[in-house]
Amino acid sequence: MIPLSWRLLAVLLLALPFTGQAADALPGDSVYLLDDAFSDQAGKPFKLADRRGRPQLVAMFYTSCRYICPLIVDSAKGVEHALSPAERARLGVLLVSLDPARDDTAALASVARKRKLDPARWTLARTDAGAVRRVAALLGVRYRALADGEFNHTSALVLLDAEGRVLARTERLGPVPDPAFLAAVKAALATGAPPR
Amino acid sequence: MRRFLPLLLCLAPAVAGADAGWAPLPGGEFRSVLRYEDTGGVVRVAPFELQRRPVTNAEYLAFVKRHPQWQRGKAPTVFAEPRYLEKWAGPLETGPQSRPAQPVVQVSWFAAQAYCEAQGARLPTWSEWEYAAAADATRADARSDPAWRERILAWYSVPSGAPLPDVGRTPADVHGVQDLHGLVWEWVEDHSAMLVSGDNRNQGDPDQMRFCGAGALSMDDRENYAVLMRVAMLSALEGRDTTRNLGFRCARSPQAPKGKQR
Repeated sequence: MIPLSWRLLAVLLLALPFTGQAADALPGDSVYLLDDAFSDQAGKPFKLADRRGRPQLVAMFYTSCRYICPLIVDSAKGVEHALSPAERARLGVLLVSLDPARDDTAALASVARKRKLDPARWTLARTDAGAVRRVAALLGVRYRALADGEFNHTSALVLLDAEGRVLARTERLGPVPDPAFLAAVKAALATGAPPR
Repeated sequence: MRRFLPLLLCLAPAVAGADAGWAPLPGGEFRSVLRYEDTGGVVRVAPFELQRRPVTNAEYLAFVKRHPQWQRGKAPTVFAEPRYLEKWAGPLETGPQSRPAQPVVQVSWFAAQAYCEAQGARLPTWSEWEYAAAADATRADARSDPAWRERILAWYSVPSGAPLPDVGRTPADVHGVQDLHGLVWEWVEDHSAMLVSGDNRNQGDPDQMRFCGAGALSMDDRENYAVLMRVAMLSALEGRDTTRNLGFRCARSPQAPKGKQR
């Protein structure tokens, strides 16, 4: 029989905030296992694993894009608008640039300002070219740089759970959300952090 | 006796100072089978170095010993699907079904990238791979030769169930590179940039809304089936996928260039 004090200690240790990945490892199917360095529209560095804790809407874009990328922002906004204020506060939005050569911190900040994207919920991010390719692979986004500086790319909104696992994705973009995708978002926000 | 010529050609670049396992390729303007709308199909390939042979089981084993996070069972499923290195006897044992000198297969794009990065290298781009694969023993671009095409196509008609040969059994090309055809399919860094995946074509009519910026690529040079098959296969794969005939080799920038250009 283990003494009660030991069991208490064990419980206390388990309750401590995790200090290393061994203590609280991400699931093997988590996008957050990608260890590349990112920075946001304020220039603040972060890793994908820092996004842990609440569901995220993730997409890729680039700031000089004239046609579809504004629609990607519209689509994420459309999802937000379809949520209650309480739900909205529990959802993060992460947009990763396909164009790290031109999308510096100032370019990201400019889009965030012009599109009135609340930094409490919206992160516009850049990383290096190799990591862009890896993020795209994880999200199922295909892209190619064109000679004129534009990109060909598939456009998708991807829903990640609080642990960074892909729950749903949609390529139906526009201010009115894809109903099935919106239902997945609402479900994810209702359940909170899923069991590990 | 025919084997001697490629062997000699293969020695020349090695003497010039490149590492034994790497071949220097001069690059230049190259006509891709992929006719991109923005380039008209002509791509500019910068000088680069390519591994002469695909990465072997023995080499990959050394890598996972040094990088345990890439051992079978430890590599996260988000980076490598469950069939990753499935034919190996164990996480640190290639076993009787996988000879050391066979090309490593059942590796994901993420794993191949990590391997190359650990060598201070990277995966070749599609343009680099296609440029390299256009060569034969005497010409940098042998693609217009019907005999070249037929030889390559012959391999594609071999059933894929047979055990893979060891690397280095096919003649070296004019650059000193072997096995680009006739052994395994190979990952490229930008396989997902080819944008001719099934999901683009299954839409019924092309859905312009899926693309940002104008244009998509279309395929040129329809007689080059061998390379087109590569495109079709690579563009259909996800980064975590593995197959029993898909391996890789690494590329890198030219090492210690001689100051002749300026």
